[in-house]
Amino acid sequence: MDDTIVLEYTVDAEDFTRAGEASSDVKKKLKQMGVSPNVIRKVAIAMYEGEINMVIHAQGGEIKVYITPENIKMVLKDVGPGIPDVEKAMQAGWSTAPEEVRNLGFGAGMGLPNMKKNTDSMEVETEIGKGTTITMVVNMLGNE
Amino acid sequence: MKVKDLSEKFKVINMADGEREIEDVFCCDLLSIAMGKAPAGSAWVTVMANVNTLAVASLTDVACVILAENARLDDMTVSKAKEQEITVFATEEPIFKAALSIYNNV
Ligand SMILES: Nc1ncnc2c1ncn2[C@@H]1O[C@H](COP(=O)(O)OP(=O)(O)OP(=O)(O)O)[C@@H](O)[C@H]1O
Ligand SMILES: [Mg+2]
Repeated sequence: MDDTIVLEYTVDAEDFTRAGEASSDVKKKLKQMGVSPNVIRKVAIAMYEGEINMVIHAQGGEIKVYITPENIKMVLKDVGPGIPDVEKAMQAGWSTAPEEVRNLGFGAGMGLPNMKKNTDSMEVETEIGKGTTITMVVNMLGNE
Repeated sequence: MKVKDLSEKFKVINMADGEREIEDVFCCDLLSIAMGKAPAGSAWVTVMANVNTLAVASLTDVACVILAENARLDDMTVSKAKEQEITVFATEEPIFKAALSIYNNV
């Protein structure tokens, strides 16, 4: 028996203003399913940070969200440049975001640490020149 | 204090859930930081007025956004606020003053 609900999104690199649409949609769907507001908030924040990273730092990509009664798993996969030093990238304040992104209020190097803070587990697989896959899980229990 | 009560002080750009209770006040212009720190149910005062401000407001589930220093959203962004049901106010006041006047009533 498999009662996993799967949601799939394509993240478009062209349009910075549309970044967040996938996260908003997940938020809406989780609300309809009656998931607790705090779980929804954590998932929405973590996914938006990941989504916007895919737009800024990679060339867009794909997001899959797996929803079970136990947890919500997000898999964000891009075919961007990869992250040379993950440990460094995970530090608050470390960023390679370009000027125009900073002008919009982003690029403070807070995204990856914020994703970690809002999830129960986070895994970064990355290869230079090939891309990055980030897997994050938020448990239903303990986060209500 | 309820969200709708702020319409006496600030200009309404979009009113969504006016009955929502304001639980806290939050000031920040850096969206990177607001994303991590804006408390759910808070009134968020900022001068950063773009479509990403709305995305952050929606995802952090703040009660409303107050654009200080006359910061303005373009028409497309206002319609996005309507669509996403985000309450937005505007004021000429600087951030601190706007936030303080809300804080004194929370
Ligand atoms: N998907 C990705 N592909 C390639 N590099 C990435 C990716 N995600 C993050 N990075 C790298 O890691 C750095 C840190 O990311 P993080 O999200 O913490 O900060 P930021 O995106 O630069 O700024 P902020 O998230 O505060 O707006 C980025 O500046 C970038 O160099
Ligand atoms: Mg980021």
